[in-house]
Amino acid sequence: MEDLWAYRGLLLQGTLTTITLALSGLVVAVALGLLGAWGKLGGSRAGLRAANAYTTIVRSIPDICMMLLLYFGGQTLLNNIGQWTGLWDYIEINQFVAGTITIGIIFGAYMTETFRGAYQSIPKGQFEAATAIGMTPVQSFRIITLPQLMGYAIPSLGVNWMVLLKTTALVSIIGLQDVVWYALSAGRTTRNPFTFFLAVMVIYLILTFISELVLRWLERRYTVGRRPAGA
Amino acid sequence: MNPDVETDPVADFFTALAEFSETSAPLDFVLIAQNWELFYNGLLNTLSLVFLALAIGMVLALPMAIIKAERMPIGSQLVTAFVYVFRGTPLLVQAYIIYYGLAQFEFIRDSVFWPYLREPWWCALIAFSINSAAYQVEIYRGGIDAVPRGEVEAATAIGMSRWGALRHIILPSAIRRCFPMWGNETIFLLHGTAIASTITVIDILGAGRQLNARYYLAYEGFITATIIYMILIFLLTRVLIRVEKHLMKHMGEENLVKPAGKVLVT
Repeated sequence: MEDLWAYRGLLLQGTLTTITLALSGLVVAVALGLLGAWGKLGGSRAGLRAANAYTTIVRSIPDICMMLLLYFGGQTLLNNIGQWTGLWDYIEINQFVAGTITIGIIFGAYMTETFRGAYQSIPKGQFEAATAIGMTPVQSFRIITLPQLMGYAIPSLGVNWMVLLKTTALVSIIGLQDVVWYALSAGRTTRNPFTFFLAVMVIYLILTFISELVLRWLERRYTVGRRPAGA
Repeated sequence: MNPDVETDPVADFFTALAEFSETSAPLDFVLIAQNWELFYNGLLNTLSLVFLALAIGMVLALPMAIIKAERMPIGSQLVTAFVYVFRGTPLLVQAYIIYYGLAQFEFIRDSVFWPYLREPWWCALIAFSINSAAYQVEIYRGGIDAVPRGEVEAATAIGMSRWGALRHIILPSAIRRCFPMWGNETIFLLHGTAIASTITVIDILGAGRQLNARYYLAYEGFITATIIYMILIFLLTRVLIRVEKHLMKHMGEENLVKPAGKVLVT
């Protein structure tokens, strides 16, 4: 216990890194997910093919492989390209960036399915009504589609977020100092690894619990319009 | 072309491949081919971990799912807590706490289990089994809850005991129903077992990492491992879809328990 108290600052710092990484990964994932859903539903054949290839490939690669490949392989690839073209000198990919990109790419594929499903749940009449009162496609998307899309997407988005949060633990393997990384090194120094990993599990459970509360609140907020009148 | 010289297309292919590897290819195929045994052993390690963990997870999960579905007091709360803890924390941390963490306690180091708990492979198996059990509990519980009431009532009506109904009617029906989600969990677990390489098990990814370390490579090992995983998952998905079609022939689509969230098999 004294060990945990002695390392509280580092564990807290690691937890903040975990949260920041998860949130930045989520932003990339949502952006890629919207793009992927647009590819799947946009009606263009090339878009559909590209989006299908994206989701299929991501689903068949373990997350940790993708992370190692992007971090170590991506670095070499970038520098080889720089060397051939002479456009840039040595570049070092930062672990945080590699982690964000990996998590974004992986969960972008799951978000693609989330947004595709959510879009298809919006009643067709909504779009027809928007056209009927003279909205442009952009207006219709911004005012009619997007707010409802979020409402339908939140349950599945929430599940993805929970998995994403746990996936962030993998960045400790490429050396990013997240909560798992600090626990591993503190456990080695103090020779009490069990204590520190138990603490990390509790930290993740607290984060999961907070996420559940936030998601419940978001779901209520975004489905206000769907509740029957008077309820 | 000289007709006297026998040309061996296979040998030609390998000469060409070696030349291509050394001169222009970004990957050293020859080096990978020379180390095929490393990857083969890695493949065996991964497959044995996946299937053993699935089986042990199933054995652990079924009683827990029944306890939860029957809403037994205390028992079902304990199961809920177990599921919450092991689904709510990263598999990596679970593997670490077993492999690195347990050695902290002297009574474990002195126990009869220590020869196993010292081995990374056994630690990985324990971690994956427990983790998979937590996911499988929810799958089976969902399956049991989805069995139509009429089937249960019919079983009671013909005089089956609660246990008899569970064994002959509810479980067979529930297990078929949750096959799609179970297939999902299989693929999820195959992804997850790549974590074994972080606790020094030479699985597929471990083989890749070892190749990289041995020859100071940046990505050859990772790419080879990734390709093996992709092929495995592709094949596994085909098999699962085929089995699912076979099992569900008599059922309408609407009776299946649909996977939520991380959908891998579609």
